[in-house]
Amino acid sequence: MLRFIGFRLLQALPVLLVVITVTFFLIRVAPGGPFDSEKAVIPEVQAALEAQYRLNLTLFQQYTAYLGDLFHGDFGPSFKYPGRSVNELIAAGFPVTAELAFYALLVALTIGGIAGIVASLKPNSAQDYIPMSVAMIGICMPSLLLGPILILLFGIYLDWLPVSGWGDSPGDKILPAITLGSAYAAYIARLSRAGMLEVMSQDYIRTARAKGLPEWQVVSRHALRGGMIPVVAFLVLAFAGLLSGSFVVETIFQIPGLGRFYVQAAFNRDYTMILGSTIFLATLIVFFNLLSDILAAWMNPRLRDQMRAL
Amino acid sequence: MTNPAIGDLAQTQPGTSLWQDAWLRLRRNRLALVGLIILLLFIFIAAVTPWIAPYGYAQQDLELGAAPPSAAHWLGTDIFGRDLLTQIMFGGRISLAVGFVATAVALLIGITWGAIAGYMGGRVDAVMMRLVDIIYALPFMIFIILLMVVFGRNMLLLFLAIGAVEWLTMARIMRSQVQSLRQQEFVEAAVSLGLPTATIIRRHLIPNALGPIIVYTTLTVPSVMLLEAFLSFLGLGVQPPETSWGLLISYGAESMEEYPWLLLFPGLALTLTLFSLNFLGDGLRDALDVRGAKD
Repeated sequence: MLRFIGFRLLQALPVLLVVITVTFFLIRVAPGGPFDSEKAVIPEVQAALEAQYRLNLTLFQQYTAYLGDLFHGDFGPSFKYPGRSVNELIAAGFPVTAELAFYALLVALTIGGIAGIVASLKPNSAQDYIPMSVAMIGICMPSLLLGPILILLFGIYLDWLPVSGWGDSPGDKILPAITLGSAYAAYIARLSRAGMLEVMSQDYIRTARAKGLPEWQVVSRHALRGGMIPVVAFLVLAFAGLLSGSFVVETIFQIPGLGRFYVQAAFNRDYTMILGSTIFLATLIVFFNLLSDILAAWMNPRLRDQMRAL
Repeated sequence: MTNPAIGDLAQTQPGTSLWQDAWLRLRRNRLALVGLIILLLFIFIAAVTPWIAPYGYAQQDLELGAAPPSAAHWLGTDIFGRDLLTQIMFGGRISLAVGFVATAVALLIGITWGAIAGYMGGRVDAVMMRLVDIIYALPFMIFIILLMVVFGRNMLLLFLAIGAVEWLTMARIMRSQVQSLRQQEFVEAAVSLGLPTATIIRRHLIPNALGPIIVYTTLTVPSVMLLEAFLSFLGLGVQPPETSWGLLISYGAESMEEYPWLLLFPGLALTLTLFSLNFLGDGLRDALDVRGAKD
């Protein structure tokens, strides 16, 4: 197991290096320097600024210096907000995004899991079709549409919930979590239905029934454990997707998270911020991919044996 | 030199029974059929929009302003007094074009890449698929935003950028297909007949791997369209004076409190298209009996 984890970690390193390198040089290719402005700047100031951001060095020197900084966990200063470092911006935005992603996942797991299990218990009946059709709506209804509609319905017409903000007023986390979680709820519903259906036809379920267990115990004690494996593997991946996929939701609900910072940085051409958060998010995603593989292997004995052989 | 006997055989055997069978099964799936009809209708409307749109694309009625649906403007007008139906029709042209062109780009790269990797095997395969793994680990959304920031927001780049991230799954599907096909007798026969590798891949491997590719393509188009809508919604995709459904939804969201129809109708157009494509994709998967193309 340890060997497998070590092996996968070693594989992840070149991926990260590629991400860092490609992002770094892509940003440098971008037209327009960060300090090109209409106002004439005193040459000394310009030189001082360029020295602060290391623009006076050659491209390769900049790259190696940046790699060195990264190694110490330093993403450098922000181009747009002088005096603030990219680290500070990420530290401010990331906890908000992570919290939002966590609630969204909770929504997705609760709604999706229940819908999928309910549907799998009576396949090809109304009990199956109705939750699965709703799941299809969830997959097709993009968050950029669902968010505004929820705001319109619950925020404006019914006036039950706040329409924007994060942690400012009670209940303002509900609508963003539902908006972000709905598509994932739909996928989880499909996955858990498929997983449960597969498990329910296995011999050990027949054994459980044959020894006279009531049906709810068959489902809760025997089927769930196996049927939910694909969901767990998906959850970890989904969390990574949620972290980086919250751009739209954070923009709609004006949540001060990393996604919104990123979109703003894209508009402001705050290159160090873009570079820093791209690397930060890519690292997270690579890490979660790894975690998902390890979890899947840990839960599936057959894969575990393969790893021992490694 | 081609063997005349083989040519005769190919002519007497139409070999379409699989596709006819699939079509029969698809026709029985009512939702998929409805999806197909809606989709064809939308594509047709998009194709002839310049001739059938009720108003000119830039035509304004500033005195009217934002008006709810009426006999003159079926879906109402936006805050500049432009006919919403006309806007949605022109926006649909771009949204659908992005969906299909970017998917075509993805298809081309993915099929070629996967077919070569699967057919060559060995070290070539290992290197090519390792590269796919690496790109797979990149955060797509971020990567596309990055490209749009660096190279400016133009349509061609949008096509290429989306196509460039969506080909990966296609390549994986194609590779596994080719790997299993390669061991079958008719491919061995083609090899022993001395056909060049490129011909074998083009004539024998790709046509036989078409089922999963078609299904996956149908499911890629909606995800590409969604991506375009996301980017346009954030202001990083399609730029005015062009418009797309994503952009119309973003305008609609800004003024939904006073003019909800500006949000609802473009949203309906996008959702209906995504629904149609997903149902069609699911139906095709059942009809062509493809496993594991989704989820």
